[in-house]
Amino acid sequence: MIAKLAWKNIWFKPLNTILSVVLLTSSVAIITTLVLVEKQFEEKFSSNIDGVDLVMGAQGSPLQLILSAVYQVDSPTGNISYDSAKVWMQHPFVKKAIPLAFGDNYRGYKILGTTSDYLEKYGAEISEGKLFEKNFEVVIGSDIAQKLSLKIGDEFFGSHGDAAEGEVHEHYGYKVVGIAKPTGKVVDNLILCTIPSVWQMHGSHGEEENPAHGEDGHVHVEGEEHHKAADMTLDEPGMEITAVLLKFRNKMGIVTWPRIIAQNTKMQVASPAIEVNRLFSLFGIGISALQYLAYVIMLISGISIFIALYNTLKERENEFALMRVNGAKRLQLLKVVMIESLLLCVVGFIFGTILGRVGLSMLSNSAEEDFKMSFNPYEFIWEKEGTLFLLTIFVGFIAALIPAIKAYNLNISKTLANA
Amino acid sequence: MISTKNITFSYSKDQLFHMPDLYCEAGSTLLITGDSGKGKTTYLHILAGLLKPKSGEIEIDKTDIVSLSEKATDKFRGKHIGVVFQKSHFISALTVLENLEMASWLATGKKHTKRAKKLLEQLGIENQASKLPSQLSIGQQQRVSIARALMNEPKVLLADEPTSSLDDKNAEKVIELLTSLSKEYKAALLIVTHDNRIKERFINKITLI
Repeated sequence: MIAKLAWKNIWFKPLNTILSVVLLTSSVAIITTLVLVEKQFEEKFSSNIDGVDLVMGAQGSPLQLILSAVYQVDSPTGNISYDSAKVWMQHPFVKKAIPLAFGDNYRGYKILGTTSDYLEKYGAEISEGKLFEKNFEVVIGSDIAQKLSLKIGDEFFGSHGDAAEGEVHEHYGYKVVGIAKPTGKVVDNLILCTIPSVWQMHGSHGEEENPAHGEDGHVHVEGEEHHKAADMTLDEPGMEITAVLLKFRNKMGIVTWPRIIAQNTKMQVASPAIEVNRLFSLFGIGISALQYLAYVIMLISGISIFIALYNTLKERENEFALMRVNGAKRLQLLKVVMIESLLLCVVGFIFGTILGRVGLSMLSNSAEEDFKMSFNPYEFIWEKEGTLFLLTIFVGFIAALIPAIKAYNLNISKTLANA
Repeated sequence: MISTKNITFSYSKDQLFHMPDLYCEAGSTLLITGDSGKGKTTYLHILAGLLKPKSGEIEIDKTDIVSLSEKATDKFRGKHIGVVFQKSHFISALTVLENLEMASWLATGKKHTKRAKKLLEQLGIENQASKLPSQLSIGQQQRVSIARALMNEPKVLLADEPTSSLDDKNAEKVIELLTSLSKEYKAALLIVTHDNRIKERFINKITLI
């Protein structure tokens, strides 16, 4: 009955209520979205750099190199000579070196020339079919298979570069031979093939079709051998690749290589851990600014609840006195005021949690289009969201404290005599 | 039934009210009159247990309510004392019927919806049950107050200037309802008033001087 009365009281002044709930909802929604984005973003970024100590690529921005080679979200810094890269890849310090050659795209999904080590590094087992062996055989990530509904045996033509609208390469078709298991990492959104596939695709048309063929990050043949008939192999001399993911056996290499390589070659190596940390600290400023904003909104909603309760208290003194005459205890009046405030907070929290997730799924859709990165709006981070819930309740409690105590201490006789 | 003995009350040290002793049988009516400032409303609040007297005894149904604790007074009041005020106050977010149910629930923990509906019928306002109190006329509101005061079948029904804001016709009707219903529910009816329209109707009178 007391809770029912509190509920009816809330809706008796709908405008006050809506203001408080809207403020609380927006504050909770912002915080929820931030918490989810921050956690999932860091998880995604960190999981992709597992097993990569350094990335070797063309000189330029190290962050760009990491973003392009590890996360596939930026264009590459340029190409490096495979022959000179091989020298370092075979260095005794190196435990594993995975070469990457950026090729074309198919409907916006990147076609990446690499070796089977790449799939292994991401733990992407082949769930259907087999690994690519010959040139132009591809293994596709699980997301692509689902979204483009490709099956084993399907063939498609790639478009030039990384724009989906690029020129279509019709000389060679790719053939799907395998589909990888979902991993939640970048590999889910990639089409993988052998490195010579990428070379051959561009070697065959390089001069006659596209004379101005020199943009960055696009692997093509510099040599003069253009065997249209014979398939190229990894041993082809004078070829280029885009980047190499390195895992070290000897940790000394991680520290010393950046300088050695910068001094002795035209290449650079960058540490994904360092660059990603730099990226997070850049994001961090924005995220904490938004978080402060959200907490300020929550404070304002607390004040709004307080003012609403305090203002109506004057009008409701008679009501409270009357309830006391009818046998209500002091504590019951305190409860009515408290429950009203807490109900507002709970309603605000529920709406905020839902709205935050709606916002996240919208954000996820646009991130999916632009970066092939999705967020899961149905994840609950109990620890942080629980804390947020307690914080919301606490705001409601504090806001109601003074009005509730006033209701508790109400002098019935005086109130009724003055009415 | 209700009786008092030697009640004194003071708001401050230099002012002491001596309230006359009174006695009222169940089902009968007693009028308390007097000019403004003589402590009529104060006396009513003391009788309702809303104010503690400085000394004296108030016996309602064999219980001395002066000696009860505040909590016990609240409980006793809810169960055994019904009060009708000069201006009607309601819980404005609740409908007429819900207001009556709330009065019953606060005192006994039960809603007694049937009794509430029956009372509204007896008072001729059963078709207003689902309206908000603010949508009713003053005369109708006063009748709802009477219904609420009778919800818990009290031993004592106290009415503080129940007719002063009403026109002749409504005043007449309210007094009639108060007397007939208090008889029916076997409650002692105490009316505090300075309204000359009703003074002549009653024989039992106490005047505060």
